[in-house]
Amino acid sequence: MRKFADVVILMQPSSNYTMLFPKTIDWEQFISYRPDVPFSDEVIDFLNALSGAILKDRQSRMFPDAITFAFFCRKANVLKFKKQYTDETLRLGRGILFHIAPSNVPINFGYTLVAGLMAGNANIVRVSSKQFAQVDLIIKHIYALLETGEYNEVAIRIALVRYDRMSDANAYFSSICNVRVIWGGDATISTIRKNDIPARSFDVCFADRYSIAAINSKAVMGASEADMKELAENFYNDTYLFDQNACSAPHTVFWMNDPELEAAKEKFWNAVYELADKRYQLQPVMSVDKLTAFYRQAACMDVKAEQMPDNVVVRTEVKEVPKNIEDFRCACGYFSEHTINNLDEISPLVNIKYQTLGYFGFDKSVLETFVRTNRFQGLDRIVPIGETTAFALTWDGYNLIDTFTRIPSVL
Amino acid sequence: MLNERLHKLTRKHYENCEPYRRMMDARGLDINNLPVYEKLPFLPVRLFKEFELRSCQKEEVVKTLTSSGTTGQQVSRIYLDRATSSSQQKCLTKIVSYFLGTKRVPMLILDSSAVIKNRNMFSARGAGILGFSMFGSKRQYALDENMELDIEGMKMFLEEHKGETIFMFGFTFMVWQHFYKKLLERGYKPELSKGVLIHGGGWKKLVTEKVSPEEYKKCLNDVCGILPENVHDYYGMVEQTGCVYMECKCGHLHTSAFSDVLIRRHKDFSLADIGEKGLVEVVSVLPESYPGHILLTEDEGIIFGEDDCPCGLKGKYFKIEGRIKNAEIRGCSDTYAAKF
Repeated sequence: MRKFADVVILMQPSSNYTMLFPKTIDWEQFISYRPDVPFSDEVIDFLNALSGAILKDRQSRMFPDAITFAFFCRKANVLKFKKQYTDETLRLGRGILFHIAPSNVPINFGYTLVAGLMAGNANIVRVSSKQFAQVDLIIKHIYALLETGEYNEVAIRIALVRYDRMSDANAYFSSICNVRVIWGGDATISTIRKNDIPARSFDVCFADRYSIAAINSKAVMGASEADMKELAENFYNDTYLFDQNACSAPHTVFWMNDPELEAAKEKFWNAVYELADKRYQLQPVMSVDKLTAFYRQAACMDVKAEQMPDNVVVRTEVKEVPKNIEDFRCACGYFSEHTINNLDEISPLVNIKYQTLGYFGFDKSVLETFVRTNRFQGLDRIVPIGETTAFALTWDGYNLIDTFTRIPSVL
Repeated sequence: MLNERLHKLTRKHYENCEPYRRMMDARGLDINNLPVYEKLPFLPVRLFKEFELRSCQKEEVVKTLTSSGTTGQQVSRIYLDRATSSSQQKCLTKIVSYFLGTKRVPMLILDSSAVIKNRNMFSARGAGILGFSMFGSKRQYALDENMELDIEGMKMFLEEHKGETIFMFGFTFMVWQHFYKKLLERGYKPELSKGVLIHGGGWKKLVTEKVSPEEYKKCLNDVCGILPENVHDYYGMVEQTGCVYMECKCGHLHTSAFSDVLIRRHKDFSLADIGEKGLVEVVSVLPESYPGHILLTEDEGIIFGEDDCPCGLKGKYFKIEGRIKNAEIRGCSDTYAAKF
């Protein structure tokens, strides 16, 4: 029976957006999509073809993030996910997903789309209004593949749109979605939420988060030159690659105490500095920001500036970490450091805002115990340094396949 | 001498301003063994927007200056005690008298009288007008409360002071928009061949309109006869009021005996070479009631030389290149990017 609450008055489609794919669209037809089971063969084949097309394109070599995305979409990888995320339970997608991709992480739109496809849904993706070459590249390949007519079953599940913040398009897309997936900061989320969604629909929000790292000094001292190079590279990718402004980028680094602590820090930061100095484009405003952040922190807590050659890497030693340490973050290569004797010392700080803990030199079992005993509200991801930005189908504590599907029960 | 004075100020602020002391301690500054002032820590001006930085008792504050700041932004708060406020005035007098002479002269303010109506809160514009007003024997506003030319008022004023030096003061862009353009429009040509204009506030908007300093001077000469060499830009900020850097007849800004300018490389904050662009650090001997004696601005500039400007004025001479650009940074946090 159709309940009154389920009757949604559709907003009129606004014309304030640009269609990136398909060229033109009949929204009524798009909405009539029937959800599919997760990881259908059509979707897997399409993703594999997309992966191949991106990897074959010579242009892709300039974009490590596009390459990573392509590997994520490979058949072998997707089949692995299928095994991991599905069982005998009958599942179907939720229907129409409306994704709002973040404006500053280029490839994210691709991951959120792919997660929606894998779960068996049709997807409207609002792509960042900023132009990124790697975004154009991926869209070009999606376009080319779907134009062939070989993947019509997938083509009807994708609508890529672009519009700026002044557009009223949010209202329409919100009114027709079953799940609204909002990537972006707290301000973005509250703006988007001003638009109603149907009563049975819900939001999945990826809000502003704070991330940290834990490094075992002993492991650093034991690391070979090659290991250190790799660690530095990994740490660089976790931080500088996205201006230390991705929510998964660590801002405070906790060092496990050791007689050789100081030597370990030096060894680590020298390696990071060497890389960042070569690769990172430090702009004048970033230097001023970091200096301001340092004095701001100094005014509010006991800190000491750590000696570094210049402003590329700025570090402060915090004697006692205050509960609101996340308010003192600064992007573009600014790190607070604190020495601990036991991982549990981090525990009083962790609140719901904490997302990722990147680690080096700890056993997985120790970290599992750390989570179990401390029963955090936050800290959704505990991953080796180098993998903090790696997209996974479990993100921010959500199992995305679970979240984007429903379980029709047949008894 | 500059070293001695700046050391004294550093020690004073260290003793009397707790946040400043904490900042210096965190930096590892040895207060008993201070280095030359080029090596003293510089505070980013933005800190004055976030903290109450004061080195005097609350009761001793006679004036609180605030920066203009665009809508929605926090404003700087600068706390002045009697001594600092008075030395700011003396310093300004000293610097400006070189260009205006020591006698007060009739003053034409190229702004609206509405700006200073509210005297309780000193906006940067109001403070600038009031600060410079002490050089005027008589004052006349060129614009009425609606920012329109007060032609009648000007006519009477100029008639009365025929043949005298007229001190003109205004904000760079306001002068262009509401004085020059309106004069052009109305066709009225005031006789200001003996005028001396001091203007400040930055070129940002004029750069957008593609007006060069030379053109600015020439255009003003066209509408009111003021000699280009008597048009002086100044660089100054609310955080170091009084300590202005005046433009000489060669078009260069100059440091005074009360101030210095250092240009730093953003990569490591080392001192830039002459002719090399970098971040502008301003040094002033005046601030006693707040720790603003050594500041890192958000402007970029270039020093051309020291003591050898063809104009004859001593001191370093330099140019301001404008505000540093906001970075377009990646990442998913809202911190920087204005989204939606």
